[in-house]
Amino acid sequence: MDINLPTGAEKLIQCLEREGVEYIFGYSGGAAMPIFDALVDSRIKLVLTRHEQGATHMADGYARATGKPGVVLVTSGPGATNTITGLLTGHMDSVPLVVLCGQQIVSLLGTDAFQEADVTGLTYPVVKHSYLVKDSGDIPRVAKEAFYIATTGRPGPVLIDLPKDVTQGECNAPFIDEDDLDLPGYTIPGRADPARIEEAAALLKSAKRPVLYVGNGAVIAGAGKSIMNLAEKVRTPIVNTLLGKGAADETHPLHLGMLGMHGTAYANKAVDGCDLIMSIGARWDDRITGKLDEFCSNAVKIHVDIDPAENNKILQPDVFIEGDARLAIEDLLPLVETGDTSQWLDQCAAWRKQYPLRYPKQGGLRAQHVLDRLHGITQGHAVLATDVGQHQMWAAQFCLSTNNRHWLSSGGAGTMGYGLPAAIGAQFGCPDKKVWTICGDGGFQMTQAELATAQIHRLPIKCLIINNNFLGMVRQWQEMFFENRYSGVDLEGNPDFVKLAQAYGIKAFRIRRPADVDRILEEAQDYDEGPCVVVAEVVKEDNVFPMIPAGAPLSGMLTEKPKTKLAKPTGST
Amino acid sequence: MSAAQPLTSTGAGLAPAPALSHMHTLSLFVHDRPGVLVRVAIVFARRGYNIESLVVSPAARAGFSRMTITCSGDPTTLEQIIKQLAKLVDVVHAIDHTGQEVIESEIALMKLECGIDERTQILQIADQFKCRVVDYGPESLVIRSYGSSEKIDALILLLEPYRLTELVRSGKVIMTRGIETT
Repeated sequence: MDINLPTGAEKLIQCLEREGVEYIFGYSGGAAMPIFDALVDSRIKLVLTRHEQGATHMADGYARATGKPGVVLVTSGPGATNTITGLLTGHMDSVPLVVLCGQQIVSLLGTDAFQEADVTGLTYPVVKHSYLVKDSGDIPRVAKEAFYIATTGRPGPVLIDLPKDVTQGECNAPFIDEDDLDLPGYTIPGRADPARIEEAAALLKSAKRPVLYVGNGAVIAGAGKSIMNLAEKVRTPIVNTLLGKGAADETHPLHLGMLGMHGTAYANKAVDGCDLIMSIGARWDDRITGKLDEFCSNAVKIHVDIDPAENNKILQPDVFIEGDARLAIEDLLPLVETGDTSQWLDQCAAWRKQYPLRYPKQGGLRAQHVLDRLHGITQGHAVLATDVGQHQMWAAQFCLSTNNRHWLSSGGAGTMGYGLPAAIGAQFGCPDKKVWTICGDGGFQMTQAELATAQIHRLPIKCLIINNNFLGMVRQWQEMFFENRYSGVDLEGNPDFVKLAQAYGIKAFRIRRPADVDRILEEAQDYDEGPCVVVAEVVKEDNVFPMIPAGAPLSGMLTEKPKTKLAKPTGST
Repeated sequence: MSAAQPLTSTGAGLAPAPALSHMHTLSLFVHDRPGVLVRVAIVFARRGYNIESLVVSPAARAGFSRMTITCSGDPTTLEQIIKQLAKLVDVVHAIDHTGQEVIESEIALMKLECGIDERTQILQIADQFKCRVVDYGPESLVIRSYGSSEKIDALILLLEPYRLTELVRSGKVIMTRGIETT
């Protein structure tokens, strides 16, 4: 072996350095040992997690909070399969991830060798692209392509499966630059077609009750400022999806907050009553539309999306604008005129007044109260990473987002266990920001082992556990649609989360009374010596409203618990 | 925007309801990279779409392959399938040629178990369809047929009564006429 030539693993790490990678979130193992070895001499910092799923969510949180790709390194077999939930999460929410997996040596592929799994085969449906590298000389090209594909166009995860002999072997191949890439099947939409922009402008001009419907595409494109300019010029209200939070300032008077299944009543009423709805990087998901054939059935629809496959996937818009959300809105801005929408805006304001978000102030500690106050204390300046369930919806309702990339939540996949590791990744990416994770007691326990990761690095993340000893969202559905027949939702017997945190050496607080909420949240907000855990022991049974039962039209929105029994939802889950 | 016309949606709205199953012919031009066939197949499988035949062969340009796929299912799903195929990094283009006037052909081999007494009738049918008998055995015949898939379908229908024991079809291949891209 020529001692001057780098190994495949060394070359790979050099490629990552050239991509500007700061952190790798990973978990070691036999087949990945050459890569871990090469990391010893690298300036890239390795964050050793406690589970590979945690590593993928950390990389995801890092990517969503910074806009830079998140990198994961795991070993073969179970190490690689443990990343699949994270890949799905990132794939559904268009997150740029590069996942490096060790693999058995090439000659043993397909032989059921120790810790061998067909990882590319297992992951095809949850990656934007993937590679099984069989020649050390391919490493520089594959690495360059992977980062390019993960981060451009509609971002997504790219997986690289790396047999151990490939990373151990010599790599004589040169580094590749972006200009040298040969990807004839991969195109990135450029600037939108001006004809489509003009059509959209004309439709906006004649709209009397327009609504801008903002999604994750606007977050990714950084389109917030342009969207605010458009909203102010046309004088149109804005709503956003769960993932669109933060693109445009939710505290702006024109902003009606989140729409959809657990959106605000005023956002949903505006969407239900509009005569034009313009999606900016949102994909008409079933959480948004409810019963599809009654969704905005008489309204003109404009759809801006960088992914042409979103055109007519769920519904056929009148105008589809293919392109980057920010550039498209910038092109549109000079063509629109100030509309006479004052009646419409008055109506929206009246709805906002008539159907405010509210929660009972008596009867014990409420999650809504805790989250309302968390917003009062953080004021949209903290990065919030949620888990999945009732707390997520309440957080989306009460913690209004004012800054882009400050709201991290698993939307498409609805992955429990996302919150804590995502917050850890975000804190690595944004060391100067306050980072909170908001978890339920269910989701927290899925990845709670990552408390160790946070503590070892003294990351000042704040982990708020909304503990109701239930899987609250499913319990809510069973209460409303299944005659209170609780099945598989009772988490009674949870550990004492304060003691659990203390076992890791982590500072922990407990909130039992509404009167303690502000003091403890402020104390946690100011605690910067390391991670801290805040356990809010909230009422066991509480429901998220407003709610549009799955498959119901927006007009079927419930703002409080109905007096009569509801039919089981027949639409999507 | 004072007396503007009421805003109406121009034929937009929901994607049309799924129609009855139709046969479609797609042509894909793909980068010849490992896994490309699986990636293409998964796009169909995930949506419960049935692939009737699939032909993969090297393209004129080195390093690329041509796939001709015939499949059945509703047109709305097919539209999404084509978009998702085009999105695959290794797919250079995916074109639906359904209903288009294209050059198409297929080859089929058919094995018939038959005694001397049935041969004349079988050979007459084969002759009518311009087939060649490529193997004569004491108890069997193998016939080769070229042509359109419809012609082969018709031939099979006629030969089925004669103990057609094996059938191998190449699957349809197509090419557009003139300079248009397949």
